[in-house]
Amino acid sequence: MKAYNVINTRLPRVDARAKATGDARYTADLSMPNMLYGAMLQSPLAHAKILNIDVTAAKKLPGVRDVVTWKEAGLVKYGVSPARYDEQVFCSDKVRYVGDEIAAVAAVDLETAMEAVSLIKVDYEELPVLLDIESAMAEGAIAIHEDFPGNVSAEVHQEFGNFEEALKECDIVRTDRFTNKRQDGGFLEPQACLAQYDLNGNLTLWSSTQSVHYVQRSIAMVLGLPVGKVRVVKPYVGGGFGPKAAVNAMEIAACLMSKRTGRPVKMLFSREQVFLHSRARHQFFHEFTTGVKKDGTIMALHNTCYLDGGAYSSFGIATIYYAGSLLGAPYRLPNMKYDGYRIYTNKPTCGAQRGHGGVAARAGWEQQLDTIAAELNMDPVEFRLKNMMKTGDVTCNDFNMSSLGMQECLEGVRDGSNWAAKKGKLPRGKGIGVACGFFVSGAGYPIYRSETFHSTATIRLTEDGGGVNLYTASAEIGQGSDTILGQIAAEALGVSLDDVMVHSGDTDFGVDLGAYSSRQTLMSGHAVKMAAEDTKRQVLEALSEQLGVTVGDMDIAGGVVIFKKGKPDFSRLRTLYIKEHRGWEDQPSGAELTFREAARVAFITRGVIIGNGAYKPGELGGKYKGAAVGTSPAYGCSAQVVEVTVDEQTGKVTIDAMTDAHDCGFAINRTNVEGQMQGSLSMGLGEALFEEVRFDAKGRVANASLGEYRIPTALDMPNVKTVIIESDEPNGPFGAKEVGEGAIMPTIPAILNAIYDAVGVRINELPVTSERLFAAMKEKQKK
Amino acid sequence: MKKLITLTVNDTEYEVAVAPNRTLTQVLREDLNLLGTKEGCGVGDCGACTVVLDGKPVNSCLVLAVQADGSRIKTIEGVAHGDSLHPVQETFVELGAIQCGFCTPGMILSATSLLEKNPHPTEQEVRQALSGNLCRCTGYQKIVEAVQEASRRMKG
Repeated sequence: MKAYNVINTRLPRVDARAKATGDARYTADLSMPNMLYGAMLQSPLAHAKILNIDVTAAKKLPGVRDVVTWKEAGLVKYGVSPARYDEQVFCSDKVRYVGDEIAAVAAVDLETAMEAVSLIKVDYEELPVLLDIESAMAEGAIAIHEDFPGNVSAEVHQEFGNFEEALKECDIVRTDRFTNKRQDGGFLEPQACLAQYDLNGNLTLWSSTQSVHYVQRSIAMVLGLPVGKVRVVKPYVGGGFGPKAAVNAMEIAACLMSKRTGRPVKMLFSREQVFLHSRARHQFFHEFTTGVKKDGTIMALHNTCYLDGGAYSSFGIATIYYAGSLLGAPYRLPNMKYDGYRIYTNKPTCGAQRGHGGVAARAGWEQQLDTIAAELNMDPVEFRLKNMMKTGDVTCNDFNMSSLGMQECLEGVRDGSNWAAKKGKLPRGKGIGVACGFFVSGAGYPIYRSETFHSTATIRLTEDGGGVNLYTASAEIGQGSDTILGQIAAEALGVSLDDVMVHSGDTDFGVDLGAYSSRQTLMSGHAVKMAAEDTKRQVLEALSEQLGVTVGDMDIAGGVVIFKKGKPDFSRLRTLYIKEHRGWEDQPSGAELTFREAARVAFITRGVIIGNGAYKPGELGGKYKGAAVGTSPAYGCSAQVVEVTVDEQTGKVTIDAMTDAHDCGFAINRTNVEGQMQGSLSMGLGEALFEEVRFDAKGRVANASLGEYRIPTALDMPNVKTVIIESDEPNGPFGAKEVGEGAIMPTIPAILNAIYDAVGVRINELPVTSERLFAAMKEKQKK
Repeated sequence: MKKLITLTVNDTEYEVAVAPNRTLTQVLREDLNLLGTKEGCGVGDCGACTVVLDGKPVNSCLVLAVQADGSRIKTIEGVAHGDSLHPVQETFVELGAIQCGFCTPGMILSATSLLEKNPHPTEQEVRQALSGNLCRCTGYQKIVEAVQEASRRMKG
């Protein structure tokens, strides 16, 4: 393997010191002179007609500077997928969930803004509240959106191969059902924003977002501004995991009120508002019918899925496709049929969350595969290995596994967990389980149809040659993209990470679709690598003119120029540099011509050196409807083994050990890869064992706090044995592909399979609370 | 009616006039401009606002500023000595214990507070001490490892 200086290391994150000292600024930490505070009126009812909105009293309250409703905001529809633009900034005709935005106020302080909100009087006519799929789909149910009678927000029917024909060859055919629960993102930083509209008509929005690009476009469209007049900046973001990937009404309201008042407007979500806004993981109701030959060959799958979508579409159109397409791998599956239905209900809108659309499908199906392995009397690892895809395989739905270290992952966790010594040999109440999964390494297409580049990058060298400024609109949200992109720039340019200053998360820095679909390393990484190579080429060309050495005979690495065919006399250049920097103490010295000297020569002869890179995926597979969701330039994959203890007296599950292997193509930063793996497992553990957003009969969130909605604590997570697999992805920068989302895939089913191994019951509804597991064990005893 | 209180924050004494309903988090952030203390929930569930109050880690969102009158407070801004990081900060940086960083200030204050009382905690004691500080990014492992490594480094 090629030796690298900066990548494939454990360098600390570029933002770690700022975050460890409290210096890192998040959106809520920003303020501006003369700033107003905004607050929103959100619906207390889940479904009602709006008869009248009276803002008179709110406007009269001293300190109030602006009150806006749909009359001021307009009726422009927006959302995520243009085919399903079904949101408005503020409701005009009716409200569709508890939390739906009706009005906003800007005032001199937050208390005044909130008091004004309480003075807005809305007359409602209550409508039937549809809180679940059954009632929303019932004959004669009221339409939550007029254009969607029957409340089906989206419907997908796909068949690859021939499911019915394939079943005829099968010896075992099983049908099982599975459901998860609506999850919350649970990121620690509630959404926040600060909008400033200046006297020249330029709007700047600082926001806690995963995608400055999508927010910029949405705001420009909704407020009728040219895209070029809208700048969106992302300060440090305290986690996203999906729900922050689309624009929210608060961001647009802040911009609108800043435009109207000419003053900066700051707005924050409370933790309760985070739950109301949601846009997190859907509840999925899956039914899987799987056919397998008696030798263990998986032949066919029919997956039917109903998604409880909530009141609007958000990312749901992608979700419904992913809930089908993400079972196409990592096992050879020649026949796959999928029927999906996403249903509108009067609850907060669901959207994307880590492992978008595929987590519940993966959990349910991997559990069913485990059941089938048991029926075949095959070891679950052997059964999976028998069906495993390999590098170069193409799925029935046309996903090209251009690299796939799946077998290595599975063998890694088998050996790493000492599977053979444990499977079937643990005492009663203790169990071990395995599962696999895969995920896209960036969505192959933007969320709006476009020929746009997915990521651009610009590198500008400082005039003294000593600094490398990297500009990218990518979104560091905690996953570490600033560090990864800085490392890629440093490696490709031949300097150290300390020389690179990463400037990211700003639409002024270019186009980047943002942090979702596990895309930053591969896609932004490509753009950054290109920009660095472009920069290096320019520096070497300038040097070539001075030294008479051809560009091809030079390189830059480790901060110095490499002369492949003998070192020329560069003393003239060194003297020049030293003369220009009289008084400086750190003059270049030694036998090598430094990057700094070379870059200075390039500036003197050519002006500011700017390198550019721009990436979009090449031709991707799939010509069928929906192929845009799931096709990707590369796929990450993973396997996991979990060991549990079940207390048979109480049904309590303790996770004793986790062994996880992930194929990330090539680890740009090994510490970060492990961090993504461990964090994914933690989120999966939470969804498996505790997490469930609950509602009362009127559609109000019953547990809208981090006390009552429980995410894992330090006492719930075991240490994870992490195994990094590197398959050298041909479509990835330096061979790298994703880890951030894919790593969550095997967690839930590995836990479920371990629970089965421990106590012999299959749980097909999450979360596996003590009560649910205890009841299932009792039920089994009765039989 | 505002009340004049005295807070000694990171060894600096401040006199602040505060309304009785303002929390310590709000006063630290808004009046003293110490923005390193984060607010993740405002009701004592997440631990992001943890500060050390008279030697004990507390959720500053659950403390009224007037209740803290006369007390000594340490926030994340007071953990490092100038440019030199505290060993816990050092190991958080080096060992990958930080991702989004929003829980980090509170986590570091809980950790330093633990190590002052118990310089050589077991893994379970570390996990127990940090169990009131939620982290959604890391799965806690690298945080626990960083605290244990800091404990080893502080031995010398």
